[in-house]
Amino acid sequence: MISRHKKDDTMSQHMRTLAADERRSGSAGPIARLVDVRRHFGQTAALDGVSLEVGKGEIVGIIGRSGAGKSTLIRCLNGLERPDSGEVHIEGREISGLGEKQLQPLRRRIGMIFQHFNLLSAKTVEENVALPLKIEGVAKSERLRRAAELLDLVGLAGKARAYPAALSGGQKQRVGIARALAARPALLLSDEATSALDPETTRSILTLLRDINRQLGLTIILITHEMEVVHSIADRVAVLDAGRIVEEGAVWKVFADPQSEVARSLLQGIRPQLPEEIAARLSPARGPEAVLRVDLAGEAALEPLLADLAATTGAFRFIHGGISRVQGHPVGTLFLGVPAGEPDLSRTVQFLAGRGARVEVLGHVVGND
Amino acid sequence: MSSAMIDLFLRSLWETVLMTGASGVISFVFGLPLGLALVVTDRGGISENLWLNRILGAIVNGFRSVPFIILLVALIPVTRLIAGTSIGTWAAIVPLSIAATPYYARIAEVSLREVDPGLIEAVRAMGGSRWTIVQEVLVPEAMPGIVAGFTVTLVTLVGASAMAGAIGAGGLGDLAIRYGYQRFETTVMVAVVAVLIVMVCALQWVGDRLVQRLDRRSA
Repeated sequence: MISRHKKDDTMSQHMRTLAADERRSGSAGPIARLVDVRRHFGQTAALDGVSLEVGKGEIVGIIGRSGAGKSTLIRCLNGLERPDSGEVHIEGREISGLGEKQLQPLRRRIGMIFQHFNLLSAKTVEENVALPLKIEGVAKSERLRRAAELLDLVGLAGKARAYPAALSGGQKQRVGIARALAARPALLLSDEATSALDPETTRSILTLLRDINRQLGLTIILITHEMEVVHSIADRVAVLDAGRIVEEGAVWKVFADPQSEVARSLLQGIRPQLPEEIAARLSPARGPEAVLRVDLAGEAALEPLLADLAATTGAFRFIHGGISRVQGHPVGTLFLGVPAGEPDLSRTVQFLAGRGARVEVLGHVVGND
Repeated sequence: MSSAMIDLFLRSLWETVLMTGASGVISFVFGLPLGLALVVTDRGGISENLWLNRILGAIVNGFRSVPFIILLVALIPVTRLIAGTSIGTWAAIVPLSIAATPYYARIAEVSLREVDPGLIEAVRAMGGSRWTIVQEVLVPEAMPGIVAGFTVTLVTLVGASAMAGAIGAGGLGDLAIRYGYQRFETTVMVAVVAVLIVMVCALQWVGDRLVQRLDRRSA
């Protein structure tokens, strides 16, 4: 009970600070805004004209393959990287022209967590968490009190005196999160924070981040190469490829209807795919059965579509697929085997398209099962 | 051994301890900052300054490439300026320190370079200044290597101090040469070697234990 109280206390303090900050800045403008940011390393463009806005309280995922420019992008937001051109606004202030000294106070408003945690091995857990406050010049007793609160918040109250080497990966990242929150930042940057963790630990860290976002109203920008991460916590996603944002939107919309080749390929592991043995037997030449891919989202996924299809066009085969929920929106992909003869096939496609589904004829099955 | 011999022996032991200790402390005090300067001014360092880096590197290499026995003699004017005399134990501390400082600087440099750049980035990201990075990251994270390197430097100084006999500094090495070698007093020679072995082992043991206590990098 005591710890629960402490936690609530921490939370409400955070809320007050955040509310005060809002009054000070006097606007609900974006926390971070990038305008046509470019950054080259030699001949290669790491960022090739990136523009992005992130509003207060949002969780935005930036996803891309390795080498897409994600790391450079997130580092432009706290001035660890300096763009060659373009503007970076943090809480309304243009920062790309600031010097190292001027960036220092600003970076205290931005927490950052890392793939390899980056905890100082020579310091205890509580000293690590308290370090941002030491930099700020907070008195020792106050820093340790705050570190204890934060360790409580991330569920590591008993580990204050331990050294990082004694912790598991998930625990290290919790310390990293506590440390990033110590100076009460307005924005949290997450640099592949779960990429070095196993799936179960990843889930628990993502849940923690989601809770922090909800309870403290903290804005989070995370970069990742895993669609799973974006799927579990982000509100909005930007797909980065070769230094450009090729697609951006609400996570469920991008999941339901990815426009870019990169987004489709990154979604492969998480969306239903046509089973390989059937894919191997697909041919463009007409056969007895056509295989359709049917993508559904929103209202269309809630209706008794398959029953209606059967009633309208007769027998078909349900090969693979399912409907899952992304941000509370149903998003589904179904693979159906339907009679390939005309006019049956055209009627089926028309019926499905008329019900708001996206239909693609993948090919025809040759040979028998 | 006669009691006069034993007195001489003890005096020599004290001279060796004094030379090693004093020049060790001085080389630590100047060598660690020099090693830090070499790291932070290098390409990609937190205070990149390639010209300064090259100049410092050249000075360090210059001193390191001169054999100690030559340095000992060549530095006599400097020694006289600093210690007021060019002979004796205190006079020897000057060239020993000047030789050990760049030596230790290079050893410290290696440990400082091994600090994970991610840790520096993390502290930069939380708004830390360069000084904060030196104080909170570079030095504490490299501390096991800094101490291990200092142990190596001290052991090297024990050996180098034997040459300081050339300028009348005394010490165990000088005793071994003058009595053990030149006068064929094997007992003195054996005793000196035995004491040196014990001394070096003790230094190494203390150094290793300290490193073990400081190293938090593994559970």
